[in-house]
Amino acid sequence: MTFPRRAWLQGAGASVAALWLSGCDQIAENPQVVKALASAEVLNRRVQRLLGRGALAREFNRADITPNFKANGTVNPPDADYQAHAVENFANWRLVVDGLVERPLSLSLDEIKALPSRTQITRHDCVEGWSCIGEWTGARFGALMDLAGLKPEARHIVLYCADTLDGAKYYETLDVVDVHHPQTILAYAMNGAPLAVAHGAPLRLRAERYLGYKQAKYVMRLEAVDRYDHIAGGQGGFWEDQGYDRYGGI
Amino acid sequence: MSASVAQKVLVRRHSLAVRITHWINAISLALLLLSGLQIFNAHPQLYFGQQSNFGHSWLGMGAYGSADGLHGVTKLGSITFDTTGFLGASRENHTVVARGFPNWLTIPSARYLALGRRWHFFFAWVFAINGAIYMVSGLVGGHLKRDLAPTLEQLKPRHVLHEIWDHMRLRFPKGEEARRYNVLQKGAYLGVVALLLPVMILTGMTMSPSLDADFPWLLDLFGGRQSARSIHFITASLIVLFFFVHIVMVVLSGTWNNIRSMITGRYAIEVAPPPTLPEPIGDAP
Repeated sequence: MTFPRRAWLQGAGASVAALWLSGCDQIAENPQVVKALASAEVLNRRVQRLLGRGALAREFNRADITPNFKANGTVNPPDADYQAHAVENFANWRLVVDGLVERPLSLSLDEIKALPSRTQITRHDCVEGWSCIGEWTGARFGALMDLAGLKPEARHIVLYCADTLDGAKYYETLDVVDVHHPQTILAYAMNGAPLAVAHGAPLRLRAERYLGYKQAKYVMRLEAVDRYDHIAGGQGGFWEDQGYDRYGGI
Repeated sequence: MSASVAQKVLVRRHSLAVRITHWINAISLALLLLSGLQIFNAHPQLYFGQQSNFGHSWLGMGAYGSADGLHGVTKLGSITFDTTGFLGASRENHTVVARGFPNWLTIPSARYLALGRRWHFFFAWVFAINGAIYMVSGLVGGHLKRDLAPTLEQLKPRHVLHEIWDHMRLRFPKGEEARRYNVLQKGAYLGVVALLLPVMILTGMTMSPSLDADFPWLLDLFGGRQSARSIHFITASLIVLFFFVHIVMVVLSGTWNNIRSMITGRYAIEVAPPPTLPEPIGDAP
């Protein structure tokens, strides 16, 4: 009888490898370990807020704008209410501003376009690792919030979006320290043209010191809150609920 | 002939600070590499410049399906290699899937960018703080100047060529010469400590949009965020290369002696007995 040495070695090798991987993964994915690792994210946010304060992200020239700006995540919301607005070219679409504000608002796109605006050519950094440079024009987030009058107890702004991705509604949270940063805008135009559906029409956030997943597209409602742990997965955003850091500055 | 027989003596080679920081550094770098490859896999393409020129990466991995299954390819410049099973496509739970580096080289093994980032940024802090402690103690305690900076004598071309020749014949310094690092060792260690590791930290920082706002000179230093990502990858590869050479040299020049010296601090060298010592009794006929 011949001993199937080759098959045995392959089997043994595969078992050792599987044991090694599952052992590593048990440590790598252990909830306690993951919680301990997340402490570094608090450190990142605190240190960078301390260092940066009002620092501006680099702005580029028109010549730097890419003709091939990648649209990621949702590129055409499947949601019926959104599609109805898109068919009407967002004529009856309104942005709701509520929560911890003195004057809840409901604004049309034209009213938003009448707010103090800013145009910036900036680099969009996806958490996956790629970057694209584009020009954004939008209403200053700070001016809009001043119009609504943020209450002192407000600590975050929740951005509720029209799109459903992987079965959940997209949303994001922005800290009040970023509300009045000059480069925090609600963009309605990209590269001089009205925002395309793939890039978040009619309105998307641009907060230029953060990664792409913070730049919520298809924004429908802004709610000022003092906490966000009761919303969706409780981590402060669609990707945050999947384990991504809420800070998103690195 | 006893007077010429070498004696083994243990000398103090590594300070406590060097030993502790060495091992913390080794563990951090291993975890940073494996979690870094997980992050790389999220977009296994590298570019130079401020942004990504899609379709024109200088290094990229991908997969395509054919009649005999999924093929992994790696593209370096205009040359394409079939790297099925390792890069571009590899086995995961009995099926071949599209992924940059294989699952035995990433933390965690499955595709999970969020968790890879958590591991990476935690150990980036461990690595940076440990490196800062090493640098400060090395400057204050004199380790960098005394042990790593080459002497003028060592830098003479004749001496350098001689040491390269000796290394090629696997002849390592003995006796008094073994008390200090040779010039090739000094060059390799200084290159890692003073160049490669700081470049890893700085290019890592350049990939952060927040830190780019705080320190815009980072973008100018490396030529943009995508250049920084490429340099981060290349520098990591050089550190992996250093690691393999380091391990080979440790083994060739005395595995246990080297490992002991990095744990207890004591390193055995062979020295001729001092001439003042009396001849051992009953040795000479």
